Amino acid sequence: MNWSDLLSLTAGELIAPTTAAYALAAIGLNIHFGFTGLLNMGQAGFMLVGAYGFAATAQAGQGFPLSALVGVACSVVFALILGIPTLKLRGDYLAIVTISAAEIVRLIGRSSVLSDITNGAAGIPASRFNKDFLGLSVLPDGRTALGPFSYANNVGDGWWTRIVAWAAVLLAVLLVWRLMSSPWGRVLKGIREDEDAVRSLGKSVYGYKMQALVLGGAMAGFAGILFVMPASVQPDAMGRSMTFFIWTILLLGGAATLWGPVIGSMIFFVALMFIKTVMRDVLPSVLRPEQLEPLAGILVGITLMLLVIFRPQGIFGDKKELMLDVR
Amino acid sequence: MSAELSSPTPLAQTAAQALAGVSPEPGVAKPDPIIVADDVVRRFGGMTAVDVRHLEVQRGAITALIGPNGAGKTTLFNLLTGFDKPNSGNWEFNGRRLNGVSAGRVARAGMVRTFQLTKALSRLTVLQNMQLGATKQPGEGFFTSLVKPLWAAREQEITTQAEELLVRFKLDAKSDDFAGSLSGGQRKLLEMARALMAKPELVMLDEPMAGVNPALTQSLLGHIQTVRDEGTTVLFVEHDMQMVRRIADWVVVMAEGKIVAEGPPSAVMENPAVVDAYLGAHHDTDLGDESVMAEGVLEQLEAEEATE
Repeated sequence: MNWSDLLSLTAGELIAPTTAAYALAAIGLNIHFGFTGLLNMGQAGFMLVGAYGFAATAQAGQGFPLSALVGVACSVVFALILGIPTLKLRGDYLAIVTISAAEIVRLIGRSSVLSDITNGAAGIPASRFNKDFLGLSVLPDGRTALGPFSYANNVGDGWWTRIVAWAAVLLAVLLVWRLMSSPWGRVLKGIREDEDAVRSLGKSVYGYKMQALVLGGAMAGFAGILFVMPASVQPDAMGRSMTFFIWTILLLGGAATLWGPVIGSMIFFVALMFIKTVMRDVLPSVLRPEQLEPLAGILVGITLMLLVIFRPQGIFGDKKELMLDVR
Repeated sequence: MSAELSSPTPLAQTAAQALAGVSPEPGVAKPDPIIVADDVVRRFGGMTAVDVRHLEVQRGAITALIGPNGAGKTTLFNLLTGFDKPNSGNWEFNGRRLNGVSAGRVARAGMVRTFQLTKALSRLTVLQNMQLGATKQPGEGFFTSLVKPLWAAREQEITTQAEELLVRFKLDAKSDDFAGSLSGGQRKLLEMARALMAKPELVMLDEPMAGVNPALTQSLLGHIQTVRDEGTTVLFVEHDMQMVRRIADWVVVMAEGKIVAEGPPSAVMENPAVVDAYLGAHHDTDLGDESVMAEGVLEQLEAEEATE
């Protein structure tokens, strides 16, 4: 086995745009679930809606700022549509509605109905929508090597995308820190613990839940834009398994913590890449390459189960908090 | 604590005097009502849980709502506070119609309730629980929360107010603990203190003494009186007649959804309708007495039961 290859491959996952996109989506989900207690089972749907909104606008020749704004706005509208009927009901309804809505978006995206915009199951290649984004780059053209990381500066999967993606993640962390240490965040946490108690104290619970859903959804929308930047808007790449990966990341890092989603995402992708690379090296005699991917998925699933059983608070979580009987 | 309870404060006397001339009958008008409710009906399927013709609650007094299990006390609470919707009826709080108003708005109007099953916000600290009870915190708006100078001053006021209340309720030592780590009785105290954070005009306590040990009950009773003496109206649900007798200025008795009696505690306890509601119409018949069996009284009782 070539150890330096293994190391540089896995280290690359630490700062990959995908890792950042998942981290941002997990921060959004953390606002939903970790702080407000909303069970959003369709975070990938929010990302896909955002990505489609962005790609459609960018394809039409609008600049990156406007396209990104449209993408995020699409996710906000998606959140409102899902939230208006469900947030007055018990929590499980939101879970059902979000998972189905995410699937609806994916299935519409891959069908031929809207293929003018979505290009069906084949998806929209990044070259059609990321020119404006790369054009904004302040980096000179060419290639930069930084330790084990060596990428082209101004390509979809290059340094510029990485810089913007991680800047967005940092900004989101900062925003979450500010919000959650404010009275607004206190109300959200109160709602997580007991809606009726917060209602009895004169807060408009529905309004707060809606704000939380929209904010987390908007973050997912931008995460979707970051996710598609290096490759393409491919509806099947943004389905249920993506949602569950985001959940894994959130629980791995620790729900209701500030850095949990970010560190969780890094660990998740590094571990996934490590497992895949090692298996590719060690197991080719037993397994064909196309069997390795599902096996990696199985291992991720087992990890999640072990995590929930033995360390339900995640890496950053406080076990004491979980020991309290909730209501 | 008991000395404190037995010597009525000036305000207690005022409340008692105000109600002195009011005749003890169901649905009677009060001199200065804070709540006026009319024809409030709530049905669950075929069962009428609440059917209140007329109810007035005197301002500045402690009114106890008593009645046997299933009398509809908590349902009436839920209706008045917007946590449940009635089939019909309307009510006013401070002259303002509140039927059909959401629970959050009811609380903002100055009518804050607690719950029978305590709702401490477990994974918030005791202090955060208290802070959450405060009103008019601009930092609870999404955009203002982003700029700390806009809400830091108010937060300081709230924290001071919370700390004072925690001292009064002897929870100050627990200030930084998670509310989930408190005992049942301490949670009751916290919930009451939290309700006071909003400086409500009326607090509605749903069984504040349920599941609380006798020593803590004493202190809860004291707290309820203090709240009244500070000018807040108190309406509370209770099972235990002894507790009611000791602190209530006025007692409203419910049975099977209806108000069957009203009056000062001493008068209500002797009211035959109340005794019937609590003990049944035949409470003084000894069913263990053989003569009862011999004379066929039991059959008669069963027949009565069947026709009811």
